[in-house]
Amino acid sequence: MNSTVFAPWEDPEQKPLIRFQNVTKKFGSFTAIDNLSLDIYEREFFALLGPSGCGKTTMMRMLAGFENPSSGQIELSGRNIVPVPPNKRAVNMMFQSYALFPHLTIWENIAFGLKREGKDKETIATRVHEMLRLTRLERFAKRKPHQISGGQRQRVALARSLAKAPTLLLLDEPLGALDAKLRQDTQFELMDIQEKTGTTFVIVTHDQEEAMTVASRVAVMDEGKLMQVATPDRIYETPNSVYVADFIGDVNIIEGRSRFLEEGQYEIDWAEGQQALHAATSAKFDNGQTCYMAIRPEKITITADRPEAADNCVQGKIHDIAYLGNLSTYHVELPNGTIIKAQTANTRRIARRSFTWEDQVWLSWTATAGVMLAR
Amino acid sequence: MSRFSWFNAVSLTIGFAFLYIPMIILIIFSFNESKLVTVWAGFSTKWYGELLANEAFLDAAWVTLRVAVFSSTLATILGTAAAYVLIRSGRFFGRTLFSGMIYAPLVMPEVITGLSLLLLFIGIGLERGVLTIVLAHTTFSMCYVSVVVSSRLATFDKSLEEAALDLGCSSAQAFRLVTLPIIAPAVISGWLLAFTLSLDDLVIASFATGPSATTLPIKIFSAVRLGVSPEINALSTIMIAIVTVGVITASLLSKRKLVREREEEFMAARS
Repeated sequence: MNSTVFAPWEDPEQKPLIRFQNVTKKFGSFTAIDNLSLDIYEREFFALLGPSGCGKTTMMRMLAGFENPSSGQIELSGRNIVPVPPNKRAVNMMFQSYALFPHLTIWENIAFGLKREGKDKETIATRVHEMLRLTRLERFAKRKPHQISGGQRQRVALARSLAKAPTLLLLDEPLGALDAKLRQDTQFELMDIQEKTGTTFVIVTHDQEEAMTVASRVAVMDEGKLMQVATPDRIYETPNSVYVADFIGDVNIIEGRSRFLEEGQYEIDWAEGQQALHAATSAKFDNGQTCYMAIRPEKITITADRPEAADNCVQGKIHDIAYLGNLSTYHVELPNGTIIKAQTANTRRIARRSFTWEDQVWLSWTATAGVMLAR
Repeated sequence: MSRFSWFNAVSLTIGFAFLYIPMIILIIFSFNESKLVTVWAGFSTKWYGELLANEAFLDAAWVTLRVAVFSSTLATILGTAAAYVLIRSGRFFGRTLFSGMIYAPLVMPEVITGLSLLLLFIGIGLERGVLTIVLAHTTFSMCYVSVVVSSRLATFDKSLEEAALDLGCSSAQAFRLVTLPIIAPAVISGWLLAFTLSLDDLVIASFATGPSATTLPIKIFSAVRLGVSPEINALSTIMIAIVTVGVITASLLSKRKLVREREEEFMAARS
C-alpha cells in the first residue's frame, strides 16, 4: 500500500481520538441514539450523514457537552468527557445559525474565546490576526456581523471556533445557509483549512454530496443507529444495505431470489419471463433467499443492438429522458413495467444523440458492476 | 395607494379628539392668567413660577423621583431574573403555576394589592415611608418588566448562549457577556415602563405611604380635593412634557438604529 494514504482506522495500533461506547440517548420515551459505538481518529474529517431526526445532531451536541448520554461513555483522548461541562472541553463548535454575537465586532467575536482563557493582549491579537488571515477576513475586522454577507459570516463562525485551537471542531450543517455555488467553493476551503490546521473535524450534514466531497470517512445514520461507516468511495461502491445505497446517490434496486452458481457467483431470479441476473459477491446467500441487486445508473450501458457477451442484459423502451447537460439519465421501461435508470455522459452534442423517447434499447452491465445485498 | 375617504377622516378625528382634548385643555389653562380654572384671562407663565416656589410640591416631586428610580431598578432586576428562569429552565414541575403567578398582579385590582401590602407592613412592624412605597411599587411593577423581557427572550437564539459556553464561559459569564447586552433594549424599556408606572401610581402609594412621605400623585389628588388650582395644571403640563420628550427620544433612537442596521445589511448583501 501507498504509505501516504491517510487511513488510521485501518491501523490497529492507532488510538482513536473520540470513542463512543454503547452510547444511548433518550428524550423521554424517544430514543435518539440507540446503543451506538463509534471511533473517530485524529486529523480525520468525519461526516455524520442522515435524514433529519436520525440522531446526527444529538451525537454532535453530546460531543460539545450540551446533551449528556442516558447511558454509555464518550471518550476524548482516552478520557471520559461525559461529566465535563461544555466550557471545560477542548472542543469547539460551529453552529448552524453561526451564532455570531451581534453586539461584538468580527475581531471581538474571534477573540471572545481567547479572552475567556485569560491570555494576554498580545497573544490574543496575534492569534486573532492569524485567524482573520486564514479565513481572508482582515478587511472586515472592525465590522459587526450584520454588516457582512452570509458567506463572510460563515467564515467568521469558522474562525471563531478555530481560534482556541481545539482538539476537535464540530460543524453543524456549516454550509446550509449558503447558495449552491458558494457552497461548493466553501467545501474546498473547509478541506484546505482542515489540512492546514490539522484539527479533527466532525461535520453534521444531510447533504450526501457535501459529505462525500469533504469527508475522509462518512457515517450514514438512521433512527439513532449507524448504518455504515466507511470512506466515501466504499459507501458509494459497496453499500452494506439498501438504505445506504438508496440514501447515497442514485441507484436501481432490483429485488429477487438468490441461486448459488459457484463460489462467489450467484444468479438472481427477479421477474417472470426475464433472464436471471448474474452477480459476483463475496457475501454468502442461501438458495431462495430474498436479496437485492443495487446498481448505479452510470454503470449500466445503453445500446441500440443487443451486446454480445454481456453478463446481464435486458431490453426495454425509453420512457423518459432527464437531460442534465453533462449527463443524461434514461428511464427505461422493461416489458414487465419495471423502470431502470441508465446514465450516459453527453460526450456528443445533443443533436447527435443516438436515442429518443419510445426507442427500443438494450441495457447491459457486468456481474461485478452491481452490489448484491441481503437487506 | 389608499384614497381619501370621509369615513376614515371622521373616525380618525373623533378618535384623536377623544384622546387628546382633555390634555390640550389642561395645557392651555396652565398658561391662564386667572386664578379661576375655567375662565380664560390672558396668557401668563406665572403659575409655573409659583409652582417652583412651592416647597411642598418640590418635596413631593423629589420623593416620587427617588421612589421611581429605586423601585424600577429593583423591579427590573427581579423581573429580568424571573423572566430568564421561566423561559430558560424548560419544563419543570409547577412551571405553568409559576408563570401564571408572575403575571397575576397584572390583573389584580390595585386596591387589593395596596391593602394586602398595608397589612403586611403593619404586621411586620415596618414604619411606613419611602422604603415601603419602593417595596410596594417593586412588587406590582416587576411583573410588567417580566412580561417585556420574557417576550424578548422567547425569540432569543439560544445557540448564542451555547456558543458562549462552548467558547469557555460559565453560565453567569454567558449571561453577562452575551445575553444581557443583546436583550438590553428590552430590559431598558422594562425599566422605563416600571419607572412611569411608579411615577403616576396613586392607589398603591396611598396604602403604602405614611405621614413622612408624600408622592406627587398623592399631593395632586389631595390638592384637587380642595379645588383645582392653575398650579396643578402647570405641574401636569410639565409631567406631560417630560413623558412626551422621553417617548419620542426613545422611539427615534430605536427607529434610527433599526433603519441603519437594515441599510448596512443591504449593503453587506450586495457587496
